[in-house]
Amino acid sequence: MVTEKEIWGFLEEVSDPEVPVLSVVDLGVVRTVELKNDTTCKITITPTYTGCPAMKTMEEDIISKLNEKGISDVSVELTLHPSWTTDWLSENGKRKLKEYGIAPPEHEVDKSVLFAAPTVVPCPLCNSTNTKMVSQFGSTACKAHYQCNECLEPFDYFKCLR
Amino acid sequence: MNIQEALFQYVLRLGDDSLILGHRLSEWCGHGPVLEEDIATINISLDLIGQATNLLEYAGKLEGKGRDEDAIAFLRLEHEYKNILLVEQTNGDFGKTMMRQFFFDSYRKLLFDRLVKSPDVQLAAIADKALKETKYHLKHSSEWIIRLGDGTEESHRRIQDSLDALYKYSNELFFTDEVEDTLVENGVIPSLDGLEDEWNTYVQAILKEATLTIPTNNWKQSGGRLGKHTEHLGMLLTELQYMQRAYPNMKW
Repeated sequence: MVTEKEIWGFLEEVSDPEVPVLSVVDLGVVRTVELKNDTTCKITITPTYTGCPAMKTMEEDIISKLNEKGISDVSVELTLHPSWTTDWLSENGKRKLKEYGIAPPEHEVDKSVLFAAPTVVPCPLCNSTNTKMVSQFGSTACKAHYQCNECLEPFDYFKCLR
Repeated sequence: MNIQEALFQYVLRLGDDSLILGHRLSEWCGHGPVLEEDIATINISLDLIGQATNLLEYAGKLEGKGRDEDAIAFLRLEHEYKNILLVEQTNGDFGKTMMRQFFFDSYRKLLFDRLVKSPDVQLAAIADKALKETKYHLKHSSEWIIRLGDGTEESHRRIQDSLDALYKYSNELFFTDEVEDTLVENGVIPSLDGLEDEWNTYVQAILKEATLTIPTNNWKQSGGRLGKHTEHLGMLLTELQYMQRAYPNMKW
């Protein structure tokens, strides 16, 4: 007899296709798990950014992972409400991001203030706070591009979305 | 006009704005003035295409004729697109693209601020999601307007030219007819009163800081909301629709 708690455990094994170190649970994308019986399950997920091209892959990966675990009838529903925020990234997820070389979200700056000093983001490699923002828009919708002035390494910053 | 029909038309209008501007911005891919701005415009383009997907999917449901977001995006004729004329205007130089974006982002931010309060749960959810991203877009375009306007003689001249060229399309941001009226009267969307004033206040402050002059010629152009477009939309659609027209029902 499989439990909902076990399903959450299985979903920990499904990774974000663009940031493979994070699971869909770490990312806060999985909102609800409804187990109807031993072989039927409904999962609700929410997109990070509206245009995120990884959502379809996540949906397919969730279905194939649960099928593999013996849950043959899996439906995945997409919900927009409430809308995703980086606050839903788990502590575990933030630690894994940093280890992977992506700086986790810091406190948000007020986006209505133009030319404000960007968020101080410590370098995930050498921990120096002497870093600079290169661009607010990075390699994927969820990231900004930074560079460390100490070790000179460029790095990605998982930017705040609230 | 009944509420369902008005809501379909309204969501279609918003969806077409996102779709056409998202497509226009995507034309910068590989052509940005610097790598960071190339990536930035494509990031913003992707957000807009994402919004278009949500909005057009919802429009298809409201219409109830079994059309999904792809059918609506790819298989209509030019006059069936209800986007404002501003978003279909060509990219021009980077400054013109930023001026178009600045007009649009500032309008969208103020509009979504209102639509998140809509009692229509799906519309409010789409607006809430899009608002978070739009704040990043607006900061980006506003800063560029100031940087270019208050920059060099060359950048000032060129961004002023863009302002002169695009200002006539700004009025249409606030176009309303029985579609919006029906929805406001029935409480489906909040009142849009004051939207234009708020937009003017914000835009004028930024343009002033950018040392730019608002054109005194007050002649305005509109028609997009009713399907009457400039020559540019047709050419955009030939590219946007090419694969579906050449290979009907193809799947990626």
